[in-house]
This record gives sequence, C-alpha cells and structure tokens, in this order.
Amino acid sequence: MRLPVTAQSDEITHPKRLGYSYRRHLGERFIETLLFLMAFVSVAITIAIVAMLVKESFVFFEHVPLWEFLTDTQWTPLFDDAHYGILPLISGTLVSSAVALLVAIPLGTITAIYLSEFAPFAAREVAKPFLELLGGVPTVVYGYFALLFVTPLLQKIFPELPGFSLLSAGLVMGIMIIPYVSSMAEDSMRAVPMHLREGSYAMGATRFQTALRVVMPGAFSGIAAAYILGISRAVGETMVVAIAAGMQPNLTWNPMEPAATITAYIVQVSLGDLPHGSIGYQTIFAAGLTLLLLTLTFNIIGHVLRKRYREVY
Amino acid sequence: MKDKDLSEIRSIIARHKLWDFIFMILGVFVLMIAVLTFMALFSHMLIDGMPRLSLDFFTSFPSRRPGSAGILSAWVGTTLVMLVTAAAAVPMGIGAGIYLEEYAPKNIITEIIEINVTNLAGVPSIIYGLLALSLFVHQLGFGQSILSAGLALALLILPVVIVATREAIRAIPVVIREGAYALGATKWQTVWDHLLPYSAAGILTGVIIGLARAIGETAPIITIGALTFIAFLPPSPIKPDFPFISFEWLMAPFTVMPIQMFNWVSRPEEAFQINAAAAGLVLVVMTLTMNALAIYLRYRMRKNLKW
Repeated sequence: MRLPVTAQSDEITHPKRLGYSYRRHLGERFIETLLFLMAFVSVAITIAIVAMLVKESFVFFEHVPLWEFLTDTQWTPLFDDAHYGILPLISGTLVSSAVALLVAIPLGTITAIYLSEFAPFAAREVAKPFLELLGGVPTVVYGYFALLFVTPLLQKIFPELPGFSLLSAGLVMGIMIIPYVSSMAEDSMRAVPMHLREGSYAMGATRFQTALRVVMPGAFSGIAAAYILGISRAVGETMVVAIAAGMQPNLTWNPMEPAATITAYIVQVSLGDLPHGSIGYQTIFAAGLTLLLLTLTFNIIGHVLRKRYREVY
Repeated sequence: MKDKDLSEIRSIIARHKLWDFIFMILGVFVLMIAVLTFMALFSHMLIDGMPRLSLDFFTSFPSRRPGSAGILSAWVGTTLVMLVTAAAAVPMGIGAGIYLEEYAPKNIITEIIEINVTNLAGVPSIIYGLLALSLFVHQLGFGQSILSAGLALALLILPVVIVATREAIRAIPVVIREGAYALGATKWQTVWDHLLPYSAAGILTGVIIGLARAIGETAPIITIGALTFIAFLPPSPIKPDFPFISFEWLMAPFTVMPIQMFNWVSRPEEAFQINAAAAGLVLVVMTLTMNALAIYLRYRMRKNLKW
C-alpha cells in the first residue's frame, strides 16, 4: 500500500523504509507462488497416480482383452500357460476384508460409544493414547503376529485350518483397524451437541438409550465415514495378507482357505526380478488399477451416504 | 398412582438400567480385547526375540546362517531413507499447509486441493509404491535407490504433515495476525515470525507421527524393488577430501528394517523367525517411542496453551 507522503514532512514522519517497496512486494509474490506450488503437489500426485496406472494398464489391455481379465477364473500370469483373470485376486481381497470388517466395525463402534458416552474422564485419557499407539504398530509386525501366533491358536480350535488362511489374516487386520474406526467414530459422536443428550436424559432415557437413539443417528455421517475409512484400509492392506494368507491365487469365498489378494500379488511380483516393460511387469499395474477402482467405489458410496445423512448443528 | 403401575414402571427402569450396565461391561471388555491383543503381540515377540538382541545383532550384516545374521544394513538403510523422506515431506507439507490456511483464496482450485488432500490419505500405500516404481525408478531414472524409496514415503506421509500443519496454524487466534499486520508486517513476515514459531510444536507432532508411519511402511518399498539381502553399506556421506560431503548414498541399493523382517518371517526355518521377532521388537520399540513422544508433546501443548 502506498503511504500518503506530504512534501514538507517527508523525512520525519515517513522514512523511506515505510514506503512502497517494489522488492518486498516481489518477494511476497514469489513466496505465495512457491507455497501454492507446494500445495499443488498433492493434486499433481493424484494426476500422476491415475495417469501412470492407466498408461501402464493400457499396454496390458492391448495384450489381454478386458473381457478375459474380468471373467477368466484363473490368475497365472507368470506361468507358461498364462491366464489373466482378476476374479481370484478380487475374491481373496473381498473375503479377507469382510472378515476384518466383521471384527473391526462392531468392536470399533462399541469402543467409540463406550469412550464417548460411558467412560469416565480418566479412562478416556488412558484409552485414547493407547488405541493410537496400537494404530502405530507397523503392519509387517501384525503379519508376523498373524502367522506365528494367531494361526497356531486358531488351529487348536479348527484343526483342519491350513498354515496360511484368509481367516487369521482377516482377524488380525480387523484388530489392526479398530483404532482407525473407533477414533473417527468417537470424534463425530462427541461433536453431537450436549443439549441433544440433555434433552434425552430429561425425558428419562438411560445413557444406552441416548447413545443408541440420539447420539448415533446424530453422528451418522461421521460414523459412515469411519466405516468407509476402515474398508479402504482393509482392502488396501498389504503386509498382513502377504505374510499370513499365502500368495497363491485361489478363487474361493471360504475364509478357511489360503488365497492371494490383489496387494499380495503385487508384493509377490515385486519380490521377483521382472524386467521393465514385460507383461508380468504390466500385470501389477492392472492389479493396482483394479485396487484403486475398488477403494474409489467404496469412497464414492461413503461420500453419497455422508451427503445424504449429514446433520448440521 | 396404583401400586401395580408403580411396580411396573420400576421394573422397566430396572431393566433399562441393567442394559446400561451390560453395555458398560461390554465396552470395558472390548477395550480389554485390544489391550490383550497388544500384550500378546508384544510378549510373543519379546519372548522369542529377546535372546537374539545383542550388540552383534545391530552390527552384523544379514547372513545365510541365522545365528550370525544381523540388521546393520537394515537400520542404516532405514535411517537414510527417513532422512530423504523428512527432507522432502516436511518443507512441502508445511508449505502446503500454510498456503491452504493463510493464503488460499476461496475458489474452486483451493477446494480441489482440499478434497484432494483428504482423498490422498485414503489411497492404499502400495499404490504409492507403483507410482514410485513407474515415475522415480524408471522414468526419472533414480533406480532402485534410497532416493526413490525416500521420495515414495514422502508422498505417502505428505497428507499427514499437511493436516497437522493446518490444525496447528488454525489454533492460533486471529488477534496474533492482526497485531502483526497492525505493526506493518507483511503476510510472510507474520507467518515466519509469528505463526510458524507458535505452531511449531503442533507441526512437530504431525511430522513425528508421519515419520513413525513411514518407518513401518513395507509395501511401497517392496514395490520399488528394494533388495532383501544386502551385505554392504551405502557409501558414506562424509568424505575425507573436499567438498567433504557426498551424495552418492542417495543412489545406492538398500534394504530397510520392515523388509528385513518380512524376509525373515517368510522363511520356513524357525531360527530365522526368531530373528524376525528380534527385528520386529526393534521396529515396534522405534515406532512406539516416536508415537509416544508425539502424544506426550500434544499433551504438554494442550496443558500449556494460554493465549
């Protein structure tokens, strides 16, 4: 901004350094542009992810027709008798995710309700950081735990369970996801205004009734978002399934069997030494694209649900 | 009111109170499941891995004989990769956070960036690995190097740093900014001299949580094609002759802690699985320490916060 400068009192009231400085102005503009570019990197990443997956998959689909990719029931791209059907990988992914969600959604919701509505202050102060720590344990460690602790434990209950199974991978994945689901669901429940609870208590409702009939519907959009986050985590989870579910593609809906997920297949191929540009190399991008579309689908469903049931206080 | 009605109401109240009580027990029980799982995980690794933890374990290379194998190349690799990740993600994340909070005009581009940051946090980590494989390893020609791995993890934790920066800056009252502007400060002077120092603790918390996540992340690095058996160290960053610093290590092949552990877990011999337990123990202690530090910082901040 240009300061008003009068002729007679120039030096005394308005020294030069307070005037309009072209250099300073340019510096500010430069910094703003730089910061904008940094913020724009996140968009660039998204564009790069989509462009890269589509480009590499395009080469793949020139070699393998889309119809075969979607309907063939075998996935053996590295064998001499190569089949490129994504179904076995999708079934493995969906089964392990379903097991994980059967654990994470009920337990995560109960934890969230308990921490938000029931727990005394001290219990919450201890439990929240603890759950956060649980979410910070590396996934490869959970994989180790699933393979060497949970599987032998389950084998005592189900003697016919093989050494690799979707069941034990899914169970451990579920426990791993609980903190994500519970912390997000709890945040949205605590955002429900206190006067709604007070109204409910005034009508003679108990805490459980209030939680179930007032708080949960009020926080529905946030709870839905928490579930969607859990689903994304489960579908995209890699190390637990790669270690504990085996890496053999297997078209099955039975969690007691070993099977490979999309992510486990990508890991398996990456561990080998595939030349850049070979068909095997392109399969992991086609698999990656499928995985991204799968998580995108769930995210869109979640977005629609949130929009529809959003409560504004 | 008739006695019969009263007793009926009492029984309804008693029933609902019982439900309340049952749910409370259930809540504690579910929390206990989480606690017990963590205990089981930790103690299982402790019992199996503790005997292997000696100084030799940290100073030996991986080996075909499980008894003499160690994690030297793994922890050196992890440290170097984290240096690259921090160097890339911290300035970029803070810059983006400042822009979105202080500079961004309310328009469609800003909205796209904001939605995008939220969505990036939900992209599976292995997809970042594929991006890095295609972009850094092949197109930019960085190869299967520490640089590629560090950048891949930097992209992965970028949303964490951005969100933490935004929250920390948003918590600073407008009065501070108005005071600075009133004294003639420019926007950047306000940001650099006031907002950044005041939000430093909050940003640091986010950075630590992000790096803790990056340390344990395995899938993207495997996708890049990190080797699982490395029996040498990258070239030293310090040289005896001028200019004393070398960046050759950026291009060196490497392995990291979680990959070393994965490699040992997936071997059939039991002796290697004991090594895996020991490596896992080191890894868990590392990430838990970082997370605990972040939680403690946040706790301290909340307590001392008086504007």
